[in-house]
Amino acid sequence: MTKPIIHMEGIKKHFGNVIALNGVTFDVTPGECHCLLGDNGAGKSTFIKTMSGVHKPTAGSITFEGKPLEFGSPRDAMEAGIATVFQDLAMIPLMSVTRNFFMGREPTKGRGIMKRFDIDAANEICMEEMRKMGINLRAPDQAVGTLSGGERQTVAIARAVYFGAKVLILDEPTSALGVRQTSNVLSTIDRVRAQGVGVVFISHNVRHALAVGDRFTVLNRGQTLGTAVKGEITAPELQDLMAGGQELAQLEGSLGGTI
Amino acid sequence: MATDAPAGNDERIKAESFATKLMKRPELGAIGGVILVTVFFVITADSAMFTLSGIMNFMTPAAQLGILGIAAAMLMIGGEFDLSIGSMVAFAGMIFGVLVVNMGLPLVFAIPLTMAAAAAIGGVNGSIVIRTGLPSFIVTLAGLFILRGMSLVGLKIFSGGSTQLRGVRDAVEGDPLLTLFSGDALSGLFTWMASVGLVETFRNGAPKVPGIPVEILWFIALALIATYVLLRTPVGNWVFATGGDSNAASNSGVPVKKVKISLFMVTAMAAALVAIITVIDAGSTDARRGFMKEFEAIITAVIGGCLLTGGYGSAIGAFFGAIIFGMVTIGLTYTNFDQDWFQVFLGGMLLLAVVFNNVIRKRVTGER
Repeated sequence: MTKPIIHMEGIKKHFGNVIALNGVTFDVTPGECHCLLGDNGAGKSTFIKTMSGVHKPTAGSITFEGKPLEFGSPRDAMEAGIATVFQDLAMIPLMSVTRNFFMGREPTKGRGIMKRFDIDAANEICMEEMRKMGINLRAPDQAVGTLSGGERQTVAIARAVYFGAKVLILDEPTSALGVRQTSNVLSTIDRVRAQGVGVVFISHNVRHALAVGDRFTVLNRGQTLGTAVKGEITAPELQDLMAGGQELAQLEGSLGGTI
Repeated sequence: MATDAPAGNDERIKAESFATKLMKRPELGAIGGVILVTVFFVITADSAMFTLSGIMNFMTPAAQLGILGIAAAMLMIGGEFDLSIGSMVAFAGMIFGVLVVNMGLPLVFAIPLTMAAAAAIGGVNGSIVIRTGLPSFIVTLAGLFILRGMSLVGLKIFSGGSTQLRGVRDAVEGDPLLTLFSGDALSGLFTWMASVGLVETFRNGAPKVPGIPVEILWFIALALIATYVLLRTPVGNWVFATGGDSNAASNSGVPVKKVKISLFMVTAMAAALVAIITVIDAGSTDARRGFMKEFEAIITAVIGGCLLTGGYGSAIGAFFGAIIFGMVTIGLTYTNFDQDWFQVFLGGMLLLAVVFNNVIRKRVTGER
């Protein structure tokens, strides 16, 4: 088995007297999709914020590419190669795809006072990167507002990968999408994984996770309940773990199927 | 790029006509407006309006407003307003007047000092907006009154009780920098064109238009620079991003605070430039200078295609917006209409522009 890019051991995070995370262990290896499953309030958001440098853990260790690491800010994490695509995507609907793609990191040409945004190169790179992800843009100056939710998600992922992400954290990328768009995003995740990026896929939808994940870790009440490899675990089992075991069993009886 | 075009073809996408593409440009409305207004005055106004001297007549106020309008447009694209720019013109005019008249400084010092003072006030405006998170509308509304009041009080102190400070013309007479900020440029060219019969002349052979008033050149230059910055530099991309969604921009590494504060500073400096040009031209400065200009500048920006919510607009649009303004203010004197129709026209134009911009925005973002 390949060495993990990032390994987080026994992460605890307390906010005052609230214990948000109470011992979370998680790692990602290159080219795998590790799903982090958990119900609302399980601590998923706190955990990814710890991973992406927004929060500092109260206790626990983070090892990045074999070396112990502490992130001072989200920027540190970003520069190390941990890219997070949050639910709001950091996209501006009125701006073109290219301008969004390179927002804050514009390629330039010329020097001194003639230093300018190299829009032709930017357009070309953007079209090419989007084509790799299976999206044919009408034109690079197409506004992001005209794209579907799934396509926007793909732009955000493509942007993160282009700018050198080694670990890509996706915060519920499929939660607001329709069936077709979900399958598009899942296939994008597959493409990214094939490029050797370690993907952390956060979701509370077991079926989406099973469709693309290699390993599954369930988070419940701030603790990891263990990690399972693909094929070793079934959807109902994952579902039960997420819900903490009991309550859902009764529910399912009356509903007659998986949720 | 032409070679790989077939690979990028999508069978579900219709070819976009040139007209549709044009419809998506923010400045379209303003250009359409210029055409409309031109047609209107060609029909109704005295033919003198569209002679060379007539054009200079309406371009001069257009330029003075346009310098403010272009800066206001950039600030608006960045997602903020500045209602204090009109008062800033008066305040900067006072500072400039005091520096050249009371302190006797040459322009080479007086102009940079005036600019620096304006930039500092713009920076303070911007910092207050950023720190408090209050809408810039309300913060700069306070600035509107504070600066106007300070101009009144200051002028009374420095002129010994009057709200007007005279003697600027005598003070700057013969200054080597004067030609940059006052009078007509390219007068040699115009004299030459008169001598070969290209432009109209007086009986004595002197051209009827002695040259291009410098503010028009400033106006054109600033429109070009602003457009270049907005469309072809990283900073321009940051301005659009900041106005579009400052949170998303800042998450992507755009220095949102710096961008906004710089835009406030640029806007204040544009007001100072207008103050310097008009004060030298008038030979005096008074506390009413720039009155209501903040609203006119914002209207110019809106006619130019800027959205009130930020993130969209163009400097070239504001350029044409200002020309519409100049044409209507001056143009009505060439017609038989009562000049006071101007205000009615202004309101109508603003309403039309806002509705039009809203439609355009929906087209661009593909909302249905």
